[in-house]
Amino acid sequence: MSTHPEQSNDDGAMPHPELVAHDDADAIYRDGRRLDHAEAASRLLRSRPEKQPRGAKIHGNRPIDHAKAAARFIAAPEHEKMHDERLWDLRQKRDREMHGIAEWEELRSLASAIKEHTLTHLDAYLDQFEANARSNGIHVHWARDAAEHNRIVHGILTGHGAKSLIKSKSMLTEECAFRHYMASVGIEVIETDLGERIQQLDNEDPSHVVVPAVHKLRTDVAEVFARTIGTDPDNSDVHYLAEEQREANRPLILTADAGMTGANFVVAETGTFVVCTNEGNADLSANVPKLHIASIGIEKIIPRLEHLAVFIRLLSRSALGSPITQYTSHFRGPRAGGEMHVVLVDNGRSERLGMAEFWTSLKCIRCGACMNTCPVYRRSGGLSYGATYSGPIGLIIDPTFNARKYSNLPFASTLNGSCSNVCPVKINIHEQIYAWRRELVKQHEVPFAKKAAMKAAGALLSHPAAYRAAIAAADWALAHLPRFIIYNRLNAWGKHREVPHPPKQTFHSWYQANRGGKE
Amino acid sequence: MSSRDEILALIRANLPRVDRPLPAVPLFDDNRSASLLGAFKESLERMGGVLLDPPASGDVLAPVREKIANAKVICSTVPEITGNRDIAAICRPQELADVDFAIVRASFGVAETGSVLLSESDLKVNAVAYLAQHLIVLLDPADIVVNLHHAYRRPELRNGHYACFHSGPSATADIEGVLIHGAQGVRSLSVLPIARGAGNPLPDTGNPHHDRSQGGV
Repeated sequence: MSTHPEQSNDDGAMPHPELVAHDDADAIYRDGRRLDHAEAASRLLRSRPEKQPRGAKIHGNRPIDHAKAAARFIAAPEHEKMHDERLWDLRQKRDREMHGIAEWEELRSLASAIKEHTLTHLDAYLDQFEANARSNGIHVHWARDAAEHNRIVHGILTGHGAKSLIKSKSMLTEECAFRHYMASVGIEVIETDLGERIQQLDNEDPSHVVVPAVHKLRTDVAEVFARTIGTDPDNSDVHYLAEEQREANRPLILTADAGMTGANFVVAETGTFVVCTNEGNADLSANVPKLHIASIGIEKIIPRLEHLAVFIRLLSRSALGSPITQYTSHFRGPRAGGEMHVVLVDNGRSERLGMAEFWTSLKCIRCGACMNTCPVYRRSGGLSYGATYSGPIGLIIDPTFNARKYSNLPFASTLNGSCSNVCPVKINIHEQIYAWRRELVKQHEVPFAKKAAMKAAGALLSHPAAYRAAIAAADWALAHLPRFIIYNRLNAWGKHREVPHPPKQTFHSWYQANRGGKE
Repeated sequence: MSSRDEILALIRANLPRVDRPLPAVPLFDDNRSASLLGAFKESLERMGGVLLDPPASGDVLAPVREKIANAKVICSTVPEITGNRDIAAICRPQELADVDFAIVRASFGVAETGSVLLSESDLKVNAVAYLAQHLIVLLDPADIVVNLHHAYRRPELRNGHYACFHSGPSATADIEGVLIHGAQGVRSLSVLPIARGAGNPLPDTGNPHHDRSQGGV
């Protein structure tokens, strides 16, 4: 390690340049170049301590109030700025990678086509995978829903007398509330991904599919570790915190009775499943204990190894702007003396396959690129969505689990389309967000205020004279009303921003005066 | 009806009735670099690894000996270097927890990403590559393929039960984006370019799928 202050990776405007720290002594260099592989930021950033804002409050089946939780996040400026900066940096790193690969757009088209082909032949490919995995010595189980998944895994663990389980990060197990279930049956689960471990120790869900603790500042982590693994509460040095958790996790890894991973991809022709991590924690979880269980969503399947190349090239570049994850692990069967189980989980996926407007959301490879680019996500934090999946992809997946509870989420978008533009498998995310709004109105899951406003707008827009009168009145009002009438809590458009300066004249009146009657 | 049959039946009932043919995937290898080893080195270092340059003395193993000179526990699965922890005598992976340096040979490397593929037959005990504090990988420059499309045509990924691309060391930046090497697994990854079999500069890798045109080093 050495420092090269003259070296910087300055390749774009920062949303919050004031966060840059100049004492980057611990940065790692190769050949004069500051490394920023994996989820590393391209510059050292510095936050000031601030109490961590908490996510959305869950009240059973009642609709999540995303806006309220987002307001709490925005009211914590240190958190909000760091979050915004970190994710925008990942987006810029992604762009840098994209520009380095001439065939990038072709890879996206291939990835989309491979996924759509597989999903339209899903039964046949699952069948093929199962047969190949079985002949390699893997035990294959099928779970209709989260409860069945948890029961199956519990059964396997009980059969081996296993009392502790080390696992790598898996959004599917989050979907199944797996840790919660395991706690209820007295089995200790230890997350081995640093970010996920932080979230587990803080009793909080992951806020992002790839960087689960990205909403936390270093001081938040120091507080959690001081409380749970006994670190110095006043030491928030990131190297210290990471090393302490490594040392705390190690004995747990060495004594665990069983290991668990998810899977990023499943290859039908070989019976392989593939796990991508940066920490090597999936390989520890799978290769240290005798028993390895993998929980896999049925949509993860692709036909052949040659297709895997396309997805591995896209995944980490889209997610983190890093050429590949540090580890790309291929499991095709148990190791000598070991035992391997795969649980294929449906949990609503087969039903989603039948939804004409939404089935292509099953193409998702959980890279999080749509989250990193989304202006709403970046400023509101993943926990404000109150759901397993947050950000743009969450808006179109969550309502398939519970249309009432997640009825507000499709409105947490400006429909700017950036999510669709960065999606490596070309899901038309913003169009599906819009389609969900229509769907929820049809299902009467949209609150009264929103419906009344839409109805009034609809009436206005269908009567030109009334519309022109309203625009002129609004322009006059903006120009003449005192600030306190425009900027108050009844006008959401006046929050955190200036409303536009009213024009002296509407376009229609200008046209009448200058061009009217000349046609 | 079993869960399996129920899920498959539901899928069949819901399959989108659209025609989506499976595309052919090109190899995307028109613009290969003049030196695959040079491209490999650049990619490896971007991912946080180190390429051990052979010293002028011609003693190619010297950089490895230098690295492990002060290490207590060395576990080698390669004939070129002798360790002091016999991997053949390991009954449980946990017995490797105190290894300082593990030394293994890669099946092959990938220039595009600086990756080395370590299979179960390279590792003998899979966990050695993750429990050790540091990992040194020997790689025959003739075993470098240009990109992942070529990599996924190799037999190692088709036949074995376990194979993993290592691209640099174990890393995390989960806290404020600060890069850490040695998150849970190895703290460093060094790759030594050295042909298979001592004194044989361009050996036959014995791999029928090996593309001779890739040996441009």
